[in-house]
Amino acid sequence: MHAIFGIPAPLLFGQLLLGLINGGFYALLSLGLAVIFGMLNIINFAHGALFTTGAFAAWMLLNYLGLPYWYALFLSPLIIGLFGIVLERLLIRRLYGLDHLYGLLLTFGLALVIEGLFRNAYGSSGMPYQIPRALSGAVNLGFMFLPLYRGWVVIVALVVSLATWALIEKTRLGATLRAATENAALVQAFGINVPRLVTLTYAGGVALAAFAGVLAAPIYSVNPNMGSNLIITVFAVVVIGGMGSILGSIVSGFGLGVIEGLTKVFYPQASDTVVFVVMAIVLLTRPAGLFGKAA
Amino acid sequence: MNVTRRTVLGGLALGGMGVASARPGRAQSRKVLRIGVLNDQSGPYRDVSGLNSVVCVKQAIADFGASAKGLEVEVLSADHQNKPDVGAAIARQWFDRDGVDMIIDVPTSSVALAVANVCREKNRAYINVGAGTTELTGRQCAATTIHWAYDTWMLAHSTGGATVKTGGDKWFFITADYVFGHDLERETSGFVTAAGGKVLGHVAYPFPGTTDFSSFLVQAQASGANVLGLANAGADTQNCIKQAHEFGLTSQARIAALLMFITDVHALGLETAQGLVLTESFYWDLNDKTRAFAARIKDKTPNNMPNMVQAGCYAGTLHYLKAVSALGLDTAKTNGAEVVARMKAMPTEDDAFGTCKIREDGRVLVPAYLFEVKKPAESKGPWDYYKLLITTPGDQAFRPLADGHCPLVKS
Repeated sequence: MHAIFGIPAPLLFGQLLLGLINGGFYALLSLGLAVIFGMLNIINFAHGALFTTGAFAAWMLLNYLGLPYWYALFLSPLIIGLFGIVLERLLIRRLYGLDHLYGLLLTFGLALVIEGLFRNAYGSSGMPYQIPRALSGAVNLGFMFLPLYRGWVVIVALVVSLATWALIEKTRLGATLRAATENAALVQAFGINVPRLVTLTYAGGVALAAFAGVLAAPIYSVNPNMGSNLIITVFAVVVIGGMGSILGSIVSGFGLGVIEGLTKVFYPQASDTVVFVVMAIVLLTRPAGLFGKAA
Repeated sequence: MNVTRRTVLGGLALGGMGVASARPGRAQSRKVLRIGVLNDQSGPYRDVSGLNSVVCVKQAIADFGASAKGLEVEVLSADHQNKPDVGAAIARQWFDRDGVDMIIDVPTSSVALAVANVCREKNRAYINVGAGTTELTGRQCAATTIHWAYDTWMLAHSTGGATVKTGGDKWFFITADYVFGHDLERETSGFVTAAGGKVLGHVAYPFPGTTDFSSFLVQAQASGANVLGLANAGADTQNCIKQAHEFGLTSQARIAALLMFITDVHALGLETAQGLVLTESFYWDLNDKTRAFAARIKDKTPNNMPNMVQAGCYAGTLHYLKAVSALGLDTAKTNGAEVVARMKAMPTEDDAFGTCKIREDGRVLVPAYLFEVKKPAESKGPWDYYKLLITTPGDQAFRPLADGHCPLVKS
């Protein structure tokens, strides 16, 4: 058996793969954040809470309405997206002209309220959510035992990330969106309803968070803290990728997942800090992030 | 009480720290006994302690018949957020400003030790139930401390010992990187190696904040261990078990969840939790008395049966009230060590744990029950989860007095 840095090669490959899987969650979440920041200039601190809400929605759909995972995968982002529209129309819209800090405070407050409500209603232990039958079980890859569900997560995360990137960078709709962030008044003059576009963008970003929440539900227990555990790391990912950069958040999401995975082998105690060390290094050398444009 | 801007601001600051009720100024005017329940009310240990502990303390006051005996008792509660500095600050405020006479529960060993020091310094009674560290009755024991429902030695001895005896001799530990996790791992390793087993490896992961354990589970798998020792608690333990199933680890190794509560089993569901072996000192369905106690509690917390920590809060409060009424309120409000000495001098008697002794180092000698989690088909209804395997009597369940090196114990 080959060994790399004293770690058996199969174990190392296994860790790389696991890192990619976790990176998939980072990528999906940071993608939503990047879309919202890039288009609305709002630092959406409620993103983690909406991820949690997505997972809870899946749990509720199953337990109250009997709708299984596959329905939840579509319905939960839809429901949370609608909720996002309400949030944007009622609250977030009022802050566009103001300093970033106001948006941050509002969304942070929202996050605390949402998580607090779930905690009051369901406690902090979490609720079980089973892996769908079609994806339970595992395959032996030779170097590791890969649960089918984890494989599914990494593939779906990659597909959705790339589709979002293509939508924004390669389509006419995306071009309009980007134009609207550059110069809203001009785009409006062409007869495009910019406020509606912005609302839908927020809903889209939030729906991505809910989608990630449904993906996460069978892996972690559905509990009110699941989002706040992830959100700080995800913010670091966005900063490393470059605030608002779609491709940056995808690449750094997967990349940091891998780095974190390797840290868990070599020095597990540091696995929750390594992302921030990377962030500090990136900010020192490239203040705008890896893919960000310097202001 | 005059409401000034300062008191309002002070109240707001306290609110931010999670103090639920604080009424400065009234503390000295009336003779009221004040009990502070300090625990996790928002984080990973909320369901194993939290509001259910508060309900149990209030039940103890009602069952004692405090008001009929002319004793006015008030209950305060606060969230220590699993942070030692926050816990110690709340304890100080409770003693210095709010006239609190006894603090109970305090899960999370690092917080538990910090609060124990404040109670010692202020000479106030301290009944720890929620934390696991044996230091509370070891080198850091105090004349003001009593430790109720369990500790890491008892868990390691009961769950760890039984696992080795039935053939689980090659261990891999996944350990929460703080005092409780390290205590539990060290003590279990001791029992494993003493019984001829081997520890093949371990990882210490950052606490709190870790949710994905797959990397550690794959390392455990590669080590060839036949027992996966989980030196953690609450949501972390649940995630480990869930993910161990996912990664097929359960076909190769048994899981020894060294600290697991009925609330965790409830959250995992029997489908995933079946067959696990665990230790608690209380189960609602042990006998008529425990069933009666659980029935009194259950109506007040519809979604949550009491576990050993919450039952310990009940028993601890009840025993404390007996000592207070024997000594008088004036002593209780000035001399915590004397109340604790009185508590140690008389046997405990309650519906949850029966009759037990309290040792001079502050350890309550409750029996340890080794349970196996039932299969879904065996369970007759909600919360019918455990089969009793082995009962270890209280005088054998805990670390021998001499091994603790508690300075209070004269050799």
